[in-house]
Amino acid sequence: MADQAPLICKDIHKTFAELEVLKGISLETRKGDVVSLIGSSGSGKSTFLRCINLLETPTSGDIIVHGDPIRFTTNRKGERIPADNKQVELIRAKLSMVFQGFNLWSHMTVLENIIEAPINVLKIPKKEAIERAEAYLNKVGIYERKDYYPAQMSGGQQQRAAIARALAMEPEVMLFDEPTSALDPELVGEVLKVMQSLAEEGRTMIVVTHEMAFAKDVSTQVLFLHQGVIEEQGTPQKVFDNPDSERMKQFLAPKF
Amino acid sequence: MFDLKGYGPELLSGAVVTIELAFLSLALALVLGLIGAAAKLSNSRVAVGVATTYTTLIRGVPDLVMMLLFYYGGQVCVNMLSDYIWDTYEVDFFFQFNPFISGVITIGLIFGAYMTETFRGAFLAVETGQIEAARAYGFSTWHTFRRVMVPQMLRHALPGIGNNWQVLLKTTALVSIIGLTDMVRVAEEAAKAERMPFHFFIPVAFVYLALTAGSELFIKWLDKRANAGVIQES
Repeated sequence: MADQAPLICKDIHKTFAELEVLKGISLETRKGDVVSLIGSSGSGKSTFLRCINLLETPTSGDIIVHGDPIRFTTNRKGERIPADNKQVELIRAKLSMVFQGFNLWSHMTVLENIIEAPINVLKIPKKEAIERAEAYLNKVGIYERKDYYPAQMSGGQQQRAAIARALAMEPEVMLFDEPTSALDPELVGEVLKVMQSLAEEGRTMIVVTHEMAFAKDVSTQVLFLHQGVIEEQGTPQKVFDNPDSERMKQFLAPKF
Repeated sequence: MFDLKGYGPELLSGAVVTIELAFLSLALALVLGLIGAAAKLSNSRVAVGVATTYTTLIRGVPDLVMMLLFYYGGQVCVNMLSDYIWDTYEVDFFFQFNPFISGVITIGLIFGAYMTETFRGAFLAVETGQIEAARAYGFSTWHTFRRVMVPQMLRHALPGIGNNWQVLLKTTALVSIIGLTDMVRVAEEAAKAERMPFHFFIPVAFVYLALTAGSELFIKWLDKRANAGVIQES
């Protein structure tokens, strides 16, 4: 099935203790979609992203990755948990994530970071993994830093290495969790540029971001979340230029 | 240069006993420490309870008391067990608690408790983001443990392990109390017989010093390796 939806989320709810953070979020992607999740902090956009790859287990709702629905069960305490950890691992391998804090493994060099999961999770031969890693390092423009440790690089370089690590999985969908929020302003551009080139290649991406220009210019779909619900959804033109929701209008209004 | 009055070979074999005892105890302590830390950090209330009782008990009782308790008490327990087995099953089962084995078990148990705390702290010091990245890339629990948690935990644990090791090495001297012919025991007998305490105890002190100094260098080397990729403070 060539044009099967890479990712479908149906009515995702997430409750932490008493607090309902997500109140029914649905999302359907087509191949090549770039979905921007925007909204103020606390709106649930990062939690939603973390539910997609099961870093958080949704309290209810379905996640279907390339036609494969994640199976859930209930543990003794009555909490919902994934039924099959092996399935979760396989699905995570198809949904690589780029974190706000980079989270490159600090005891490995850049190259080691990038080949670790392809070799051990995807089980591809080491030689091939290295070739793949070098190609993606070239792509994000830090090939010459491949033997550096993360701590020896700038934030922008680390985040580009993290993007190369995500690319090396050749995932169905790339998940970006505020990829530029921890960067100095002058380093934001180099990361956004890489992300834009990925979007142009037709990679399916879901991006939690505060970069409105990126959301407006690069995405195919924008979701505006407010207090755990989707307030506004549609093409960037619709959401930014002609929003229905009062909240969205307030969110876009100049702050000073 | 230094005349050991013919006690040389005996002292040397005593030193070998000391070293064997120390390494075997260390191995046991490291295993117990890892298990203890895993138990303390687990979700199981029973495991946490058992591990906490273990560390509280061991750390609260003097090493010497523990050593005597295990050696003499251990033998009494074996005797009782052997009587019971003979009475019930008519099977002859007996073994002699030897000082070496009780030494390894006691020292291993004592330092296992200290290692538990060292490892527990070290595991807690691993940044959650590092573990989260492993999970997000489809690592299994075991793979996450082996490739991310252990190497990163070691950075935090090595100074503590080194410290425990040095104390452990010196604690082995206590086994001479329960009659193991380690280096200290040989020196004690020789010193008594020859009435030359300095003559025998000073070389012994130097052997300990050489061992601890050597291991300090080794730990430094390990530490440097484990901290590859971390910017060193000064």
